[in-house]
Amino acid sequence: MNIGRAIFKGGVHPEYRKELTASLAVTTPPVPQKVVIPLQQHIGAPCEPLVEVGDLVKTGQKIGQSESFVSAPVHASISGQVTAIGLYNHPLGRKITAITIEGDGQDEWDEQANSVENPDDRSPEELRKLIREAGIVGMGGATFPAHVKLSPPDGKMIDTVIINGAECEPYLTADHRLMLEKPEEIIFGLEVIMKVLGAGRGIVGIEDNKPDAIRVMKQVAEGKPGISIVPLETKYPQGAEKMLIQVTTRRRVPSGGLPLDVGVVNHNTGTAVAIADAIQKGKPLIERVVTVTGEGVRRPANLMVRVGTLVNELLDFCGGLKEETRKLVIGGPMMGLAQPTTDLPVIKGTSGLVALTVEDVELSESGSCIRCARCVEACPINLVPTFIAQAAEHEYFSRAEKLHVTDCIECGCCAYVCPARIPLTQWIRIAKAEVLARRKG
Amino acid sequence: MNGKLVVSSSPHIRTIQSVQSVMLDVLIALGPVVAVAIFLFGYQALITMTVAVAAAMLTEALWLRRLNIFGDGSAAVTGLLLAMTLPPNVPWWIPAIGSVTAIIIGKQVYGGIGNNIFNPALVGRAVLVTSWGTHLVGPIWPVPKPFHFFADISAVTSATPLASEAEALNTALSQLLIGNVAGALGETSALALLLGGFWLLYKGHIDWRIPGGFIGTVWLMGALFGGGFYGNNVTTGFFHVLAGGVLLGALFMATDMVTSPVMPWGKLIFGVGCGLITMLIRLFGAHPEGVTFAILTMNALTPLLDKFTIPRKFGEVKQVA
Repeated sequence: MNIGRAIFKGGVHPEYRKELTASLAVTTPPVPQKVVIPLQQHIGAPCEPLVEVGDLVKTGQKIGQSESFVSAPVHASISGQVTAIGLYNHPLGRKITAITIEGDGQDEWDEQANSVENPDDRSPEELRKLIREAGIVGMGGATFPAHVKLSPPDGKMIDTVIINGAECEPYLTADHRLMLEKPEEIIFGLEVIMKVLGAGRGIVGIEDNKPDAIRVMKQVAEGKPGISIVPLETKYPQGAEKMLIQVTTRRRVPSGGLPLDVGVVNHNTGTAVAIADAIQKGKPLIERVVTVTGEGVRRPANLMVRVGTLVNELLDFCGGLKEETRKLVIGGPMMGLAQPTTDLPVIKGTSGLVALTVEDVELSESGSCIRCARCVEACPINLVPTFIAQAAEHEYFSRAEKLHVTDCIECGCCAYVCPARIPLTQWIRIAKAEVLARRKG
Repeated sequence: MNGKLVVSSSPHIRTIQSVQSVMLDVLIALGPVVAVAIFLFGYQALITMTVAVAAAMLTEALWLRRLNIFGDGSAAVTGLLLAMTLPPNVPWWIPAIGSVTAIIIGKQVYGGIGNNIFNPALVGRAVLVTSWGTHLVGPIWPVPKPFHFFADISAVTSATPLASEAEALNTALSQLLIGNVAGALGETSALALLLGGFWLLYKGHIDWRIPGGFIGTVWLMGALFGGGFYGNNVTTGFFHVLAGGVLLGALFMATDMVTSPVMPWGKLIFGVGCGLITMLIRLFGAHPEGVTFAILTMNALTPLLDKFTIPRKFGEVKQVA
């Protein structure tokens, strides 16, 4: 059945290690005693606080927003009292202003108005506004505000919406569990997005290492007009936007362009569920599924976690970290960010906490490039990573630009395959940042 | 949790392959060739290979002031490949000088692994051929004595099948496949070489384009311009592929990662170029064999091939003129 299916060039096959959590149903830990809600959990303008220290807040109450179009409001994820507004550790690696709430143990919800059963009951404009007000961002990790993707510029026709259920990062199983446990919500979210964009076709792409998810999603999508479930080859980075669009629609996003240039909008499965919750229940984005996993975690789990829950509390709930833990990654091990501390909050884009042990964390030095060309074969964007890295090393940024460094999607395949252990992706990031900064002048 | 968390740029997991594991795989791939060489030529083959490998490893360890003599394994590969190009019964100082030259002149003066322009083993061989030609060129090649480990193979020597049409017609294709012919240590058995080559292809250490372009071009040129003396045109093409150093060169020398192009198209052009120059030397040049100088010439062109074969990036829009 998979014969003739489209594939993309390059990519790698890391050890997936999803068996640690793939069969574990999502469980909900107790409501946290304290949450820290950063005012920026998205790409775009940071929010301004709507509360002051001492204020009482309810679960789901909006506590920060921005007038800027590219932004997403934040909400209290527990009920209680605001005890601090100030800089706090953030998964992006710097301190960002955050609102600390001490819980009252009641988890008393703000009133919720919506009960939409059918997206056709509301106009696209109303739906878009509800999605914005719910603070929904791309939950795969990119955290781009969802309503912005739902507002294509004039003249851009969107005919296809793709829900990314590939979950190609090793270890992570949050999307997998959502597809098994909340398939109706995913399809409802997809229908909302299609309605808002006026798109006739909806696709859910799922890697074929999740046959149970493919089966369940197919059952739910049965008979829904325009919606199809597409099994994908299991290969990293299958879930990367450009790859996913290429294999499901055979369209290629032009270099430097966006998916909407080829009439496509991508959303993550978690985002689709959040949209369904916002439209059906009036529930803002205050919780998400986080996969807490890795050989360094005593009891790996898929957890429904309130946004703002502190990572160290979450880890404690999972039995804590083992002695041999050396690295804590937020997100997947291919593109996630290693953290220097566990004193930081879960945010809307936190798909996983992966604790890697001594065996996984290599501290060996990098050697000379032996020109084996594995990075060239692995690059899904057709770049020549080793040449770009050399240019970056010599601060020869004009050459890096000629080698199309700005097209790099930072998937990490090149550094993953390098037998000489050269941090190719890191060099390329340095060159990319420098080239982009120079363009801005 | 014990101690501090490590912070570094993603990706946070790496392949288990290393430069050392790649080199070990190349040594494993040469296993069948080594076994056949000892089977055919006995203890003298073993001595030649041992001296070449030991000299290469020691030279590199001394040069780098490194206690780990095996290191990343690349010196052992260079030494063994050099031995493969030599007559089995050469005096011991030939592989010794060849290996020292290969490591120092061919590799370390450029900055060591990854930085050399020319295949180090072939640099060693080129220096040996031009300096001590009487030991390496002419009808000096011992005839194999299978099953006789302690035999003195120097007693009966001959020219290689490539030396003349008469020598060629004395050698059946099946003999070339098995390797029961006079020739260099590692050149004689096509089957053993192909076995190693397929292992390297399977492990992903070599790309089919280089051996494919090389062997394909040799066959085509042999068939078109070989004169058909060996049966017919098709079999003459196969004769040129199986005789001499083409398989050793195409599978193990030209595929040296450091000295061949990085890009797919570059690899194909590189392979075709190697085949072309080999056959030009064989058919129209002064020497019976041309693999060494063909590969060295193409090594020199590698930076140019890399420059002109940068691939089109994903989603690049075709320029409208």
